[in-house]
Amino acid sequence: MTLSISLTINGEPRSVAIDDPRVTLLDLLRERLHLTGTKKGCDRGQCGACTILVDGERVNSCLALALSHDGAEITTIEGLAEEGRLHPVQEAFIAHDGFQCGYCTPGQIMSAVGLIAEGHAHGDAERVRELMSGNLCRCGAYRGITEAVLEAEAKLATRERDAA
Amino acid sequence: MNRFVCLRPTSVAEAVAAASEPGSAYLAAGTNLLDLMKGGVARPARLVDVTHLPGLGAIETLSDGAMRIGALVKNSTLAYDAAFSARFPAVAEALLSGASAQLRNAATVGGNLLQRTRCPYFYDTASACNKRAPGSGCDAIGGANEGHAVLGFSDHCIATHPSDFCVALTALGAIVEIEGEGGRRDVPITDFYRLPGDTPEKETVLSPGEMVVAMRLPADSTAFSANQRYLKVRERTSYAFAVVSAAAALRLEDGRIAEARLALGGVAAKPWRAEEAEARLAGRHANRAAFEEAADLTFAAAKPSGDNSYKITLGRRLVTRALLLAAAGTPDHLPALPASPFAETPAGVLPEGVAHV
Repeated sequence: MTLSISLTINGEPRSVAIDDPRVTLLDLLRERLHLTGTKKGCDRGQCGACTILVDGERVNSCLALALSHDGAEITTIEGLAEEGRLHPVQEAFIAHDGFQCGYCTPGQIMSAVGLIAEGHAHGDAERVRELMSGNLCRCGAYRGITEAVLEAEAKLATRERDAA
Repeated sequence: MNRFVCLRPTSVAEAVAAASEPGSAYLAAGTNLLDLMKGGVARPARLVDVTHLPGLGAIETLSDGAMRIGALVKNSTLAYDAAFSARFPAVAEALLSGASAQLRNAATVGGNLLQRTRCPYFYDTASACNKRAPGSGCDAIGGANEGHAVLGFSDHCIATHPSDFCVALTALGAIVEIEGEGGRRDVPITDFYRLPGDTPEKETVLSPGEMVVAMRLPADSTAFSANQRYLKVRERTSYAFAVVSAAAALRLEDGRIAEARLALGGVAAKPWRAEEAEARLAGRHANRAAFEEAADLTFAAAKPSGDNSYKITLGRRLVTRALLLAAAGTPDHLPALPASPFAETPAGVLPEGVAHV
């Protein structure tokens, strides 16, 4: 039985045929749509490498059945840069060496984008660490990650103020 | 993962009818169920997807001050809801001490009530587990069981319930609203879960097809807002299940305890309400001696189920400290590390000369 669902992925409306109800958003993105920026780490909701935004909120795409997300708006790491310019969170990760091997990085960055939008960190490193605890980094780049999130949070707040 | 048929009913009544068929399971966010299915622990033939059902996503304040939360409300939505967290700050703290931000954004409150144990033998399909495969035995008994139950366990199962949220709900006497083929019924959360006995596979009072549609925090539970905390010891500071946790709530009048509420996590197959301790605290001055007495009473019937006698000592200390924190008052803002013993601690809570734990 093949069902079709509609998704908006990185701003682009897509109609996607689901031929197997077991397909997760992660597998859909990577295997069917060839958006391989989203990484499969544990595939069990423990590492955060597969973090994407669904309707603006960060979730583990490995634990989300595609069929349940008809109509959802999805943002992946491929959708962050605008007009060839990196997103402030991406820039901050580079500036602060927020990675080593890079495998967890798309998930870290998507999680950080979600965290900043949620607005509960208030520039506090302890809160950033707590709210980023769903993203594991086996290289141990946590210090740089925390600095990057704090800087990006401040920069985005300034930008929002200037725009207002 | 096994193959399954995915059904998408458009009303609660349709969902109940669909899920009454044998081999069915409800699917909400799937943060627990899909994990179990990927490991072959759960193998439902039919998933009844309730994520799009109307009418299950509201947080309402009722006319008597009670609050009603639809089963599909996300954990994060509830934790950050201003009206809810003002009335029930320990419930918000418990929610925010559980899982990760990503999981809290997806997981529903109904799903949280129905999450399965994290016993490693339950998860390992090569192990004997009476909960997963009734009658197969329990490899946790005599196995690596430092994380297992010290209260209410049986010769058939020593697993614990993993939820933080439900511990706080249990302390505050939440009511679970259930819809089934016979109509709607209300069950107090303290009666919602079963102890393992000789049927550990039966974890709740839900009949086949019955669905949790909402929960209510009754009007009398709003009297504890000023003095309530959730405290949770984990093996790492964040993103870990409780080793032992406690939700404590007090209604104080002139320094005396008019009413106390206390529940524990990580110690039994269900969130453990400590009613005897609550009764002992009524009318007492809110001080360490009274709280230590309550803690002793809470664990009076506790016994190790293996390598976990430490949980009894830890649990006593945790109860004492949770009650001291509650007596010190609900903080104006949640600490950066919700429910953590490493969070900022008000003066007088830690014994003289002691830092952190």
